[in-house]
Amino acid sequence: MDLYVPIIVLGVLAFAFAAGSVAMAAVTGPKRWNRAKLEAYECGIEPTPQPVGGGRFPIKYYLTAMLFIVFDIEIIFLYPWAVAFDRLGIFGLVEMVLFILTVLVAYAYIWRRGGLEWD
Amino acid sequence: MSPLAAAPAADPTLQDFGKDPWWLIGGKVLVIFVFLVLTVLISMWVERRVIGRMQLRVGPNRHGPFGLLQGLADGVKLALKEDIVPRQVDKVVFVLAPILSAVPAFISFIIIPFGPNVSVFGHQTALQGTDLPVAVLLVLAMSSIGVYGIVLAGWSSMSPYSLLGGLRSSAQVISYEIAMGLSFVAVFLFAGSMSTSDIVAAQHDTWFAVLLFPSFVVYVITMMGESNRIPFDLPEGEGELVGGFHTEYSSLKFAMFFLAEYINLATLSALATTLFLGGWRAPAPISTVWAGANSGWWPVLWFMVKLWLFIFFFIWLRGSLPRVRYDQLMKLGWKILMPFSLGWILLVAAIRAFKNEGYDMQQITIVTVVVAAAILGGTILWEMLRGGEGEEGAAAEAGAAPADPFAGGFPVPPLDAPHYHGRTAGTGARAATIGTRSEEVTRGTH
Amino acid sequence: MTTERIVGIGAGAKELATEDMTLNIGPQHPSTHGVLRLRLTLDGERISAAEPIVGYMHRGAEKLFEVRDFRQIIVLANRHDWLSAFSNELGVVLAVERMLGMEVPPRAVWTRTLLAELNRILNHLMFLGSYPLEVGAITPIFYAFRERESLQRVLEEISGGRIHYMFNRVGGLKEEPPAGWTGRTRAAVAEVRSRMGDIADLIMGNEIFRARTRGVGVLTREQILQYGVSGPIARASGLDFDLRRDEPYLAYGDLDVRVVTREEGDCLARFECLLDQVYASLDLADACLDRLAELPPGPINQRLPKVLKVPEGHTYAWTENPLGLNGYYLVSRGEKTPWRLKLRSASYNNVQVLAELLPGNLVADMIAILGSMFFVVGDVDK
Repeated sequence: MDLYVPIIVLGVLAFAFAAGSVAMAAVTGPKRWNRAKLEAYECGIEPTPQPVGGGRFPIKYYLTAMLFIVFDIEIIFLYPWAVAFDRLGIFGLVEMVLFILTVLVAYAYIWRRGGLEWD
Repeated sequence: MSPLAAAPAADPTLQDFGKDPWWLIGGKVLVIFVFLVLTVLISMWVERRVIGRMQLRVGPNRHGPFGLLQGLADGVKLALKEDIVPRQVDKVVFVLAPILSAVPAFISFIIIPFGPNVSVFGHQTALQGTDLPVAVLLVLAMSSIGVYGIVLAGWSSMSPYSLLGGLRSSAQVISYEIAMGLSFVAVFLFAGSMSTSDIVAAQHDTWFAVLLFPSFVVYVITMMGESNRIPFDLPEGEGELVGGFHTEYSSLKFAMFFLAEYINLATLSALATTLFLGGWRAPAPISTVWAGANSGWWPVLWFMVKLWLFIFFFIWLRGSLPRVRYDQLMKLGWKILMPFSLGWILLVAAIRAFKNEGYDMQQITIVTVVVAAAILGGTILWEMLRGGEGEEGAAAEAGAAPADPFAGGFPVPPLDAPHYHGRTAGTGARAATIGTRSEEVTRGTH
Repeated sequence: MTTERIVGIGAGAKELATEDMTLNIGPQHPSTHGVLRLRLTLDGERISAAEPIVGYMHRGAEKLFEVRDFRQIIVLANRHDWLSAFSNELGVVLAVERMLGMEVPPRAVWTRTLLAELNRILNHLMFLGSYPLEVGAITPIFYAFRERESLQRVLEEISGGRIHYMFNRVGGLKEEPPAGWTGRTRAAVAEVRSRMGDIADLIMGNEIFRARTRGVGVLTREQILQYGVSGPIARASGLDFDLRRDEPYLAYGDLDVRVVTREEGDCLARFECLLDQVYASLDLADACLDRLAELPPGPINQRLPKVLKVPEGHTYAWTENPLGLNGYYLVSRGEKTPWRLKLRSASYNNVQVLAELLPGNLVADMIAILGSMFFVVGDVDK
């Protein structure tokens, strides 16, 4: 666990710095508020009302997120395999080829269905 | 120099970590923190001066010698600016987002090796914050958490520019993270470890940039995508989305995003140095001539030189390239870099496996070339067939434009060119806009 | 009223529609060069409708013309398109001279032609720099401004102004060029020509720039004709029309005007037109300088009466401004002010076609298209 101590220490330090800066800005900066200043920026005109909760966004972003999860998991599987590759030998290679081919089928399917089209 | 005397110790490995006393941990963390803040300030100055030269300008030269304190002056100025929290934002998330963006950026740097074992006040330690069996994974994890900062900033701002900017940015970063993750696999394969000190140790003979050149190229492209900079700076593409996800941010909250961006720049450059350019190892002519180049405090110099070469490369690109379009960016990430990386990993793995089994290298090379050519030809053929299909489909779609029921009717009088049927969208879309608005108003009162 | 929502089936992003989102680009937006406003309706990142909303910078130029005498009008008229001030002045004085039946001395005619071409180069250089800026390349504009500087110095020397020259007068030009001015102009033109390669290579040699502009925002010849689009934008769509050749004014009749056209009609073609036109204008400027050197000495303007009254009648004077057709319809009732001076500015018509051009494109392409329309907001709003 000793290995992780510096990470925690740096995390605390960075958090203190970031949070401190954000808090400090509230003190050091001037406060001359007016109504227009608190509006969202929309190129200098009255903002178009946005739906409650930020509105909906295009489905393709969700799709990207899902694809990311699918392929990121694949990469996570690749890492321990890569680290232990020399011990696994040809067996490891064959296993991983099979695994990658399985994922490639999914990849080809997504490509074919237009999931990777960004029009 | 006596308390910091160099020790002729062996290269650090994973076993050497986790043995530092508390004061050394504190010291290392502090040094890394200060180093990062200074790197940000200096790289901002370098960027502005270098780009200035490229653009026939001088660049900032007023604050301090050669304008070196410009970054500091900017920071102070931002601190003295009004901290605006717009009325409609989600306040907690809005304040949290810049912090969430900055903190992971700092943390990643802790696993970057600056040099080999040295003696600090009589204590043997490696010039590295810490090392983990999964050190590189930590960097990936931290960059993923950094995405939260961006997407939450865009989401909580409740402004269309911010929302689109945040979404674009996160989609871009996660897409490029896949290709980036794949480019690491070959490195782990050869190093047999995910710990950064082991990876540097594995490059004592040949840099992975030479051995695994395609991986290096993929990494360099993805690191531009990850860093949200030109030519992939779409989230902040000011022409389209004004400021992107940080449109609504001001004062030091904005500075946090800025800080995070530049720290990420340094982290990505440092990671590239570590994984592909031999980390703190001296470049070939120096290390062959001078045996002491890889011991003591000298490696810090080599590391810095490599780090700054990468940062300069980033700056150079910014001075010379326009930004790509969003679909071009995603296409590059998903359709080119990813399959290419997968193919490359399989190739590397196959070569290494057969070599381990004791096959003849020449034979392997011939088989490899044949297989690679076949795969390349196959993909090109497939892409060509696909491409042709796609164009046909698009053409058919464009031809069948829907008829507009409002054409020439109320409230727009018919135009004086009845033979012309080009514009169709106008009136219909306007009606739709009005519809959306009235719906929202009713929702607001309840 | 409810919003219609289409729910798609399947995993493909293409098959799924989402609710429309309204996005205002402008009036205060970095990519509109001023205060043009575009109201876009977005479906995802694709534009389903676009409406240019003009008038944020309307200054009532035409109404102001009606209460000013012709000398004052020149001051006012060069302001609406601040990048082609000289060409704007030109239309006014041409209209007045035509109504008066005034003969302009040849030296004035040739100097005007020269200055008009220099003004055209200045204008085009501005857009050659600002268009790459909009697609993210920040460097070319500084190179463009270096070239602009050497030409602006020449224009400043002759007129005293760097943007609003105010050098035309009814019947000629304000005064004689300073001694040695033509030599310095020739040097400046040669300098710009020798360094234009830097800009061309920096932008046209870039693969990303080409990928972002080729095939994007294609204007057809029909659309051009329907919307009255003119200038380099129209010529990029294969409309071979240039007043300098087709209805020569000033000394263009005696010059061999090369009209730059392209067939593609996309953003890249528009940009290429602009770039090539700079070379064409540099050649014209050189030809004017050659001719000026041969001309016998003579006056550069006409003596005018204290009160300049234009006889009753009307006329329409149009010129090929850098951005397109610029016309003045002058109606006079014999007074010292015009009864009506209608201004037809190039950018106004050019911008209107956006409503047709933008739908179906990506938001990212919107910037590339908007930038390639080469407009000046003052010219739109008058």
